[in-house]
Amino acid sequence: MYRSNVLVCGGTGCTSSDSLKIVEKLNEELAARGLEKEVNVITTGCFGLCALGPIVVIYPEGSFYSMVNIDDIPEIVEEHLLKGRIVTRLLYQETVEEDTIKSLNKTAFYAKQQRIALRNCGVIDPEKIDEYIAMDGYQALGKVLTEMKPDEVIETILASGLRGRGGAGFPTGLKWKFAAANDADQKYVCCNADEGDPGAFMDRSILEGDPHALLEAMAIAGYAIGATKGYVYVRAEYPIAVNRLQIAIDQAHEYGLLGDNIFGTDFCFDVQLRLGAGAFVCGEETSLMTSIEGKRGEPRPRPPFPAVKGLYKKPTILNNVETYANIPRIILLGADWFQSIGTEKSKGTKVFALGGKIEHTGLVEVPMGTTLREIVEEIGGGIPGGKKFKAAQTGGPSGGCIPPQHLDIPIDYDNLLSIGSMMGSGGLIVMDETTCMVDIAKFFLEFTVDESCGKCTPCRIGTKRLLEMLDKITKGQGTLEMIDEMEELCHYIKDNSLCGLGQTAPNPVLSTLHYFRDEYIQHVVDKKCVAGVCKDLLEFSIIKDKCFGCSMCARQCPAGAITVTDYTAPGKKKPAYEIDTASALSAVLVYQHVSSAQS
Amino acid sequence: MLKKISSIPFAGTPEQEAELKAVIAKHIDDPGAVMPVLQEAQDIYGYLPIEVQTMIAEGLNVPLEEVYGVSTFYSQFALSPKGKYNISVCMGTACYVKGSGDVLNKLSEELGIEAEECTLDGQFSLTACRCIGACGLAPVITINDDVYGRLTADMIPDILKKYKD
Repeated sequence: MYRSNVLVCGGTGCTSSDSLKIVEKLNEELAARGLEKEVNVITTGCFGLCALGPIVVIYPEGSFYSMVNIDDIPEIVEEHLLKGRIVTRLLYQETVEEDTIKSLNKTAFYAKQQRIALRNCGVIDPEKIDEYIAMDGYQALGKVLTEMKPDEVIETILASGLRGRGGAGFPTGLKWKFAAANDADQKYVCCNADEGDPGAFMDRSILEGDPHALLEAMAIAGYAIGATKGYVYVRAEYPIAVNRLQIAIDQAHEYGLLGDNIFGTDFCFDVQLRLGAGAFVCGEETSLMTSIEGKRGEPRPRPPFPAVKGLYKKPTILNNVETYANIPRIILLGADWFQSIGTEKSKGTKVFALGGKIEHTGLVEVPMGTTLREIVEEIGGGIPGGKKFKAAQTGGPSGGCIPPQHLDIPIDYDNLLSIGSMMGSGGLIVMDETTCMVDIAKFFLEFTVDESCGKCTPCRIGTKRLLEMLDKITKGQGTLEMIDEMEELCHYIKDNSLCGLGQTAPNPVLSTLHYFRDEYIQHVVDKKCVAGVCKDLLEFSIIKDKCFGCSMCARQCPAGAITVTDYTAPGKKKPAYEIDTASALSAVLVYQHVSSAQS
Repeated sequence: MLKKISSIPFAGTPEQEAELKAVIAKHIDDPGAVMPVLQEAQDIYGYLPIEVQTMIAEGLNVPLEEVYGVSTFYSQFALSPKGKYNISVCMGTACYVKGSGDVLNKLSEELGIEAEECTLDGQFSLTACRCIGACGLAPVITINDDVYGRLTADMIPDILKKYKD
């Protein structure tokens, strides 16, 4: 028994700011004071509040230290762990009240969250199977194998209303039912851990923080559909996740929770890792399966659907990491419990990766039906620097932008579709008035052009033409007809592409055109980018009567575009400056100073 | 995606070749061995010159066309060598809206190379990469295994200085 447990976040966000060195330093400082047998240091998964990393939490007090620096460690050990005095200065300030510290669950960031998929992240050491088992781990698998028939498992998942968390929201139970109905000598259970949406990292956090939950769920799926083999297709860009998954697989084998005759039954199931190699299209189910087969990850036409002919032409189910992470809880607590959370057609919770112009970047898990305003303003802490909310982008390169007038819409699959966006994997990027919506549409199109696999023409060539038009608009060479042509092309690409990548690629353009058409027109007609992002449309000027001749602009302009024109202007004590707009166009510095002089 | 193909002569050692052969032997019976073998080969050589791809094709007994098709399809496979220090600039959405484009331009200006290129002295290479998942620290770059977050363009020269000696 230890008298104190020190939890240090070992997720990618915090390790990037040296949390593993903090663990080392903690152990070192504890040993120096002879406390290593009294205090336990645990490396956990992500706590979610990535903006404040590295994070160190000390129990039993529940002290939440944020943005911990390695030099703070001796003080924490000496004061808190040795003398029992909490170092208030280093605490997450929201938890500090006059005489006491507030529980983390009462802070704005955590109060509205409900953690099902992330239940063990930041709680257990992901590299120790015993800690997972202590949190009811593998109990659901045991229950399924010893008390339930495969079709009862499928019925439970169907009844829970769980829908795919990877993007499209297809009912998970239905997918399993189709695959179970097909007889074959071999079936496969696959997991999509190729989190391609730039700006989403919930799957990574689950893999890093609770890898056994995924393995347990895959085994349950295997039992339900009659498969003995599973593949996790995981991004090679997630080295920590890959490593912890492999450790988890090895430990599960050692405990007899994977492999032959699991729980003494005749059910056998094994899981293998396959590393993705950086292709966004491999998030599409048929592409992913082609890629596991070791080929170019190009999509195949459907039907036949993977439930009939999937991996190696055998019946296959593919679910996303977050979907699987819900399964063990549904089995243990029942479909009714899961049904009670969420909205009418979207049950349970959804994890969002908050990013962009928002105070609390990080991971949040909220019940379906929470409004965007609650997520952005309450949980996310609003927009830094007093700037105004302009849009939230969901669904990544397949999704759209949600404007301020829809902030109060309850978020679920169907509502997001009805306002021209989509749930996607749950990336939620907040944009403020300094983000140009045309530029954002162009950013996503550059992404899809780059990632289009090239197999079908509408996607390969259509997205390229679309990007060319967007490029012209951001350079001030667009026409009003071009905007209409773009819209027409968007619909053509959507209707004719082979797979989900092409079918959704025009969404960022369509949704920005729908909600921010004015901005497009400004670019085309007025040749202006109000957000100040499109550099070709920037114009610099010196407001003569406000310029007091401090010479700062002339000294700092990297393009040397500002010259003194009239050193001894009559009636003026200070020199006057002139700007050469052509050479100043690339010089953002000038812009910043001039604009601050304007205000 | 268009890939830059190296014109630098291949300089593999016999040790590397032995290592590659062991990798091929390990995977030869796997269905779908091409990708894992290419991944491990890239760890051995640092990139995948055509000579290495030929060895893999012969070793696994698949057409070179298939190996080349796979190596050019996935962005993770590099057909030209990386510098001693490989700088990856995250161009995920979260980093982009926080100015990773400016960071990339600054790096490109300081090093005198474009993205996906390597400096002539072989010291630095520059890559624009997809989300590395450290969105809380946006904008982020990595230099080999070191991560730098919450960056602005004017912090770049000082960071580069650490690697220039």
